[in-house]
Amino acid sequence: MTTTSSAQHTRRDFLYVATGAVAAVGAAAAVWPLISQMNPDASTIAAGAPIEVDLTPIAEGQDIKVFWRGKPIFISHRTKKQIEDARAVPVSSLPDPQTDQARVKEGHDQWLVVIGICTHLGCIPIAHEGAYDGFFCPCHGSVYDTSGRIRQGPAPSNLPIPPYAFVSDSKIKIG
Amino acid sequence: MSGPSSYQPSHPALQWFEKRLPLIGLIHSSFIAYPTPRNLNYWWTFGGILSFMLGVQIVTGVILAMHYTPHVDLAFNSVESIVRDVNYGWLLRYLHSNGASMFFIAVYIHMLRGLYYGSYKAPREVLWILGVIIYLLMMATGFMGYVLPWGQMSFWGATVITNLFSAIPYVGESIVTLLWGGYAVGNPTLNRFFSLHYLLPFVIAGVVVLHVWALHVVGQNNPAGVEVKTEKDVVPFTPYATIKDGFGIVCFMIFYAWFVFYIPNYLGDPDNYIPANPGVTPAHIVPEWYYLPFYAILRSIPSKLGGVIAMFSAIIVLAFLPWLDSAKTRSSKYRPLAKQFFWIFVVVCVLLGWLGGKPAEGIYITAGRILTFCYFAYFLIVLPILSRIETPRAVPNSIADDVLAKYGKKAGPMAPVILALVLAGGLVMGGSQNAKAAEGGPTPPSLSWSFAGPFGKFDRGALQRGYKVYKEVCATCHSMNLVHFRNLADPGGPGFSAAQALAVASDIQVKDGPNDAGDMFDRPGRLADKFPAPFPNENAARAANGGAYPPDLSLLAKARNYDRGFPQFIFDFFTQFQEKGPNYIDALLQGYEDAPKDFQLPQGAYYNKYFPGHAIKMPKPISDDQVTYDDGTPQKVENYAKDVATFMMWTAEPHLEARKKLGLQVMIFLIIFAFLMYFTKKKVWADAH
Repeated sequence: MTTTSSAQHTRRDFLYVATGAVAAVGAAAAVWPLISQMNPDASTIAAGAPIEVDLTPIAEGQDIKVFWRGKPIFISHRTKKQIEDARAVPVSSLPDPQTDQARVKEGHDQWLVVIGICTHLGCIPIAHEGAYDGFFCPCHGSVYDTSGRIRQGPAPSNLPIPPYAFVSDSKIKIG
Repeated sequence: MSGPSSYQPSHPALQWFEKRLPLIGLIHSSFIAYPTPRNLNYWWTFGGILSFMLGVQIVTGVILAMHYTPHVDLAFNSVESIVRDVNYGWLLRYLHSNGASMFFIAVYIHMLRGLYYGSYKAPREVLWILGVIIYLLMMATGFMGYVLPWGQMSFWGATVITNLFSAIPYVGESIVTLLWGGYAVGNPTLNRFFSLHYLLPFVIAGVVVLHVWALHVVGQNNPAGVEVKTEKDVVPFTPYATIKDGFGIVCFMIFYAWFVFYIPNYLGDPDNYIPANPGVTPAHIVPEWYYLPFYAILRSIPSKLGGVIAMFSAIIVLAFLPWLDSAKTRSSKYRPLAKQFFWIFVVVCVLLGWLGGKPAEGIYITAGRILTFCYFAYFLIVLPILSRIETPRAVPNSIADDVLAKYGKKAGPMAPVILALVLAGGLVMGGSQNAKAAEGGPTPPSLSWSFAGPFGKFDRGALQRGYKVYKEVCATCHSMNLVHFRNLADPGGPGFSAAQALAVASDIQVKDGPNDAGDMFDRPGRLADKFPAPFPNENAARAANGGAYPPDLSLLAKARNYDRGFPQFIFDFFTQFQEKGPNYIDALLQGYEDAPKDFQLPQGAYYNKYFPGHAIKMPKPISDDQVTYDDGTPQKVENYAKDVATFMMWTAEPHLEARKKLGLQVMIFLIIFAFLMYFTKKKVWADAH
């Protein structure tokens, strides 16, 4: 390279930096659609619309499993004893302290609606199993009580509650 | 140029790595220190452009494969769901489908450049043959990719091309069955085409590595056609070739973006927006434009086996070029006769491409035969003879001399050459659109549409009125299988609110089930439901319509076209005209007339001057005052037709507004970027002169 005057030098550097910067912006913008396409598409989002579940056929002590957004939702029609068990536990003794009242809708204490996915590593627990007559995850031994709260095992938190509301006394809308 | 690398890493960690795997040294010597002739012109940037396009095709292709379903029942709709539902799916699909065309444009220029400057001559024969192999692999890949959307042209193209192998004596039929994996083109064929379409680009990439390797052993050819002699003849690859190729790529991207964002279906055949139907063949089967010259050669030979042999020979002959042309002078720049014959050969190829898109009848057949003869004569007669009789002009002593001789002289012939190439390209592209010329009939008038042009947007009022016409008139016979009620509230659509769209949906009873009791039941429509068909199945639809099946309307605006004639399609490229379908739909709805006296109207058909053949099974669907408009628009067939055609364009291309908006942003960006690259390139090269 031959010597160039300093004035030329700055102008040239500015041009190089500007070109490089525009190229970098272009490359970054081009990557955006390539990543964005992996998100759920419009039909998947539309299929994730709320679902309604009729509770009439579920007898006391029985529980059913429905699917919403690809996740199993457990709906338990709890017995008096199960509710009492859940409420008798001192909240402070729980790994993830939460009252039973906070996990059901007021006036519908017998209905427990939880996402049936173990908060440890995503397996599906079995209902009516384990030491607390709640849920038991066979993969790594997490035990949940009749309120779906974690009591033993590696899971860090309670079974999550999906967004839902009572449309009538015998019908809920999940989502 | 080959041999031990001059690369000396400074960092101890890099030195440690380099001793064990000299990868960085390889990259350094191949793409940084590699000496390139300093007199390369812009025809040489197409090598870089091709590498870029291979990358684009592999990246977009891998992504499209994440959303595509290779099954005969699902393939067509999976492609449509990519375009409609996947985030930026329309962009990825159009990048990929138009990318194939860009790839071929670039490879043809790359090949013609090699032909003109004698890049196939010793010591570059292996380099050239590897290029011919890449070209063959590209043709196979492009063909199989075209089959995947499983439209009418896909299906029939696959049938025709695989049937080529039936020309082989004795075992042809068995080979075709083997290729199909069945008794006809079907699901096994689609599955294996998908698998191979995914595989072959990586094989291409592998051969490209060999191609580049061979190039780096023998060094690049150059416009003067003399070998590199001294250090003064060359510049290092980086920054000189890198920045020049970069500028070339950005310019090419502007051309590419023009297609992707403004005329994405210009190069495609409308018939491929009709799902594959093994029971009906399209009137004219045409391959994609880049195969048309070879298709013309195939059809010129009045023998099945002969045609197939001629077609394959037309490509294979390229591999023998280094020995067919034994002239000592490489570059046609210094070969006055060879230069003229080269341009005649280019014109022959373009004309063959144009013929490939014409129906095989009358004068076209004779012309095809003459041109086929000319094509082979160039390789087998002209070049061998020329190399013996031609007296070339004196070539420069060295590349440095060539640069000095050119310095200060304006590159005069460049502009007309580029113009000729653009026009030639336009001809080839238009050729495929011309294939339906034989169908006749008056041309529908071209209307002005609000969604036309680079800034076009749908007229919301027209979309809403069009929906009303569709719902009250068209929907009594036709379905829209690809449109969902939720789409009515999508941005860029008729502008319904989500609540309005839900209200529209819940007005309709949808059959669902079976429920726990095993029964089917009716429920109100949901946003996720499609516009339903008015008939339970195809047979019921046929029975209610005098045996004619009412086609699904979702893609009608993209699946219908009419001949625009020469030279209209060249203007269409520049004016971004893509309103063929809506023009046709509008004209058809208004084209009902009483049949002329001498016209034999078949039983149960109606006369329509715009329908091919003029006898249409659909009775005049709409008349004045049939649908009530609330916004004061006159209730005339004219308005109904225009509104419903607008609505059908939206159902065929729901992301049209998003496409044009993003296109504008990309264009502005690319133009700014191109300017910056140009000035940077000038500054970098200033040192080299």
